Amino acid sequence: MLSTNVIDRISIQKNDFSLADEVNLLEDNNNEDGAVVTFCGRVRNNNLGREVKGLTLEHYPGMTEKALQKIMDTARTKWSLGRITVIHRIGKLLIGEQIVFVGVTSKHRSDAFAANEFIMDFLKVKAPFWKKELTSQGEEWLEARASDTTKANEWNNA
Amino acid sequence: MIKVNFFAALRETLDCDEIQLNVSKSLSVQQAKALIVELHPKWESHFKNNSLLAAINHEMADDTSMVNPNDELAFFPPVTGG
Repeated sequence: MLSTNVIDRISIQKNDFSLADEVNLLEDNNNEDGAVVTFCGRVRNNNLGREVKGLTLEHYPGMTEKALQKIMDTARTKWSLGRITVIHRIGKLLIGEQIVFVGVTSKHRSDAFAANEFIMDFLKVKAPFWKKELTSQGEEWLEARASDTTKANEWNNA
Repeated sequence: MIKVNFFAALRETLDCDEIQLNVSKSLSVQQAKALIVELHPKWESHFKNNSLLAAINHEMADDTSMVNPNDELAFFPPVTGG
């Protein structure tokens, strides 16, 4: 049972998560919020024209949680939010597996929609996770994309 | 003593996940990089790479940030999670 005063939830885990369970945690004993916005990222079978077989995710324990908390705190200064959950998986992941979950509640939908996208955009550029891609050519660390930095920077002008 | 951690592609390229710097006073990230290269000359190109990121005690840092004895310093490539 989630205690009613626990409103930020961060989990870095090897195991899969259940979307239904996560939505329940966001909604349980929460009758103030009318909006629940969730995002789930999955491993796709292609990247930059390459056929992808799977991923290995590494992170920096300790810093990851701190970086995510900072992003959530910043989101709370911008919008009026209820509960926030961020889950990120680590270790080996296969095609179609869930990688990341962001769930946000708010009284009205616009705050939760915006905050969810904001949290994902900053997770991509600020949280210390690294993906290693397994393709038919072997394993290779992914390069960061300039488009992710551009997308996060757009919030400064929003 | 400063503990220095390496992550992801950098850790694999260096074939090393952690070193210790025997220092008794504060130094900048830039100075820490120079000291690491002095101890490991083969690593020079990796620590001259402009895209290399640094963190001190789990907070992002830049070349001018100061590291104190007993701090945890880390170097890693740009992040690619999500």
